[in-house]
Amino acid sequence: MAILGSMVRKESLQIWRDKRTLLIVLVMPLVLMLLFGFAISMEVNNVRVAAVVPQHSDQTRNALMRLQVNPYFTFEGLMPVGDIDKVLRSGRADAVVLLDDRGGTLRQQIIADGSNTATAKSVTAYVEGALAESGRNMPVTLRTLYNPQLKSSYNFVPGILGMIFILICAIMTSVSIVGEKERGTMDLLLVSPVRPLTVIIGKLVPYFLLSCILLALMLTLSYTVLGIPFGNIFNIILVSLVYIVLALAVGLLISTMVRTQLAALIASAMIFMIPVIMLSGMIFPIDNMPDILQWLSCVVPARWYISAMRCLMIQQQALSGVWLEMTVLVGMTLVILVLAVRKFYLSTK
Amino acid sequence: MSEEKVITVKGLTKRFGDFTAVDGITFDVGRGEIFGFLGANGAGKTTAMRMLCGLSRPTAGSGTVAGYDILTQPEEVKRSIGYMSQRFSLYEDLTVLENLRLFSTIYGMSKREIKERGDIVFRQLGMENMRDTLVSDIPTGWKQKLAFTVSTIHNPGVVFLDEPTGGVDPLTRRKFWELIYRESSRGMTVFVTTHYLDEAEYCNRVSIMVDGRVEALDTPRNLKEKYHAATMDQVFRTVAGAAKRGD
Repeated sequence: MAILGSMVRKESLQIWRDKRTLLIVLVMPLVLMLLFGFAISMEVNNVRVAAVVPQHSDQTRNALMRLQVNPYFTFEGLMPVGDIDKVLRSGRADAVVLLDDRGGTLRQQIIADGSNTATAKSVTAYVEGALAESGRNMPVTLRTLYNPQLKSSYNFVPGILGMIFILICAIMTSVSIVGEKERGTMDLLLVSPVRPLTVIIGKLVPYFLLSCILLALMLTLSYTVLGIPFGNIFNIILVSLVYIVLALAVGLLISTMVRTQLAALIASAMIFMIPVIMLSGMIFPIDNMPDILQWLSCVVPARWYISAMRCLMIQQQALSGVWLEMTVLVGMTLVILVLAVRKFYLSTK
Repeated sequence: MSEEKVITVKGLTKRFGDFTAVDGITFDVGRGEIFGFLGANGAGKTTAMRMLCGLSRPTAGSGTVAGYDILTQPEEVKRSIGYMSQRFSLYEDLTVLENLRLFSTIYGMSKREIKERGDIVFRQLGMENMRDTLVSDIPTGWKQKLAFTVSTIHNPGVVFLDEPTGGVDPLTRRKFWELIYRESSRGMTVFVTTHYLDEAEYCNRVSIMVDGRVEALDTPRNLKEKYHAATMDQVFRTVAGAAKRGD
């Protein structure tokens, strides 16, 4: 026990002294979170709309009023028909609405800037929605549950959590273990009476604690600044802890397969980062993928974690709602941990 | 030098697939002896040494170190040996004292023992004012002395030194050997590999490995007589010159 204690102490000191890495590890996730939470959002805010109205009537005034009071729009004013192209080209407006009231029927046209298709789609949908409310038809009642404002931060936060832990835990542990092999200090430990298991645990515990700090930081940030709803916080923490252990095991496994720190870095980044982003459902919905990719995504741990986090956070389900994800994560953790420890033992022989 | 054997090795062999790195070596080392383990690069020195330290399992053969069987009692072997590798491997981002504490604890010393032994060691080395300096900030010569001290902090019966003086100037090497002599005179057995043949002259006995086998083993004086050579350098060239493996 004293030995394990001194190993943990030593590793913690080393992490603490490497201020630059520590700073990156603690700050990068927060920056990523804020970036995805605010800057990179799929929703379109602040749509600039201009209008062309050849002849005013009650109906056109009514429609204009709707555009002006809607918080998603900035009304850029009225303009003559001939200026539409110029206004869109110069980027002064994202869309122009043509309102023509002849003989009591209001005819509407939306002319949108299609240079960015994603924005154009959202903008036309918004304007259509805003104008339709004035319509005579019975409107369709639309309710989006769990995320009524369709905030994209709701969508991204579980994804970022899933990515960060695989990245930080896997890269940091593998690089640190391989670093000891490279510098020869690993031999020094293995030739001593310390049991290899103690060496492993002594390595993993400090990174586990660091990940817990990171988890606390990220959860606090997503709750306070991003306003993500939490169901039961204990369930979220429980699933996250399992996932952190899984990520550490992955790091240990990588360290037994490569010889240099650079290789460990590349292996963690290439083998884990890209699948996590592409196949975890963080950005691209898994249901839209071809079958092969859907099957492939099943072996990506982040897929299960992110899916569980969405259920727990956004839908606020109980733990029983994520039993499948939880089972898969625990299973993966056990398999990888056993595999990694076995390989580590073999490499010491 | 007494008759008591601290290391005995019989037919020790290590194969990696088709390649036989160590091919049935047999020798023994007595208590307090400084045993030089020479050989060209790739001759199998490091592999043999790693087997003796319990870092690698022999394919065949047997051996005992400090009275324990390397095959069946590797844990006891590990407790009774010290090991210093060619890269003076200490933790560069820990201080001198932290390194000493870490390895003392690992070898099962109590807090009080660590403090007492630490004080003595720092005084002997003249490193009292460097306790709280990071290892990366102290000069190479000091690092090497410190690495040796750390590897012998628990007073092991045998210490294995794997090319301990690589990349160090002659004066520092000379000082390092004084340290080795001091420990040896206290009864510690020193098993050392080296590339510097002037250092081979300092050893009580020297073995020369060629292509995985021990080709010559005797005192430096007897070896020089046998091969009609003036220096160990010439002896080494004659014996190792027949090697088929290169590096």
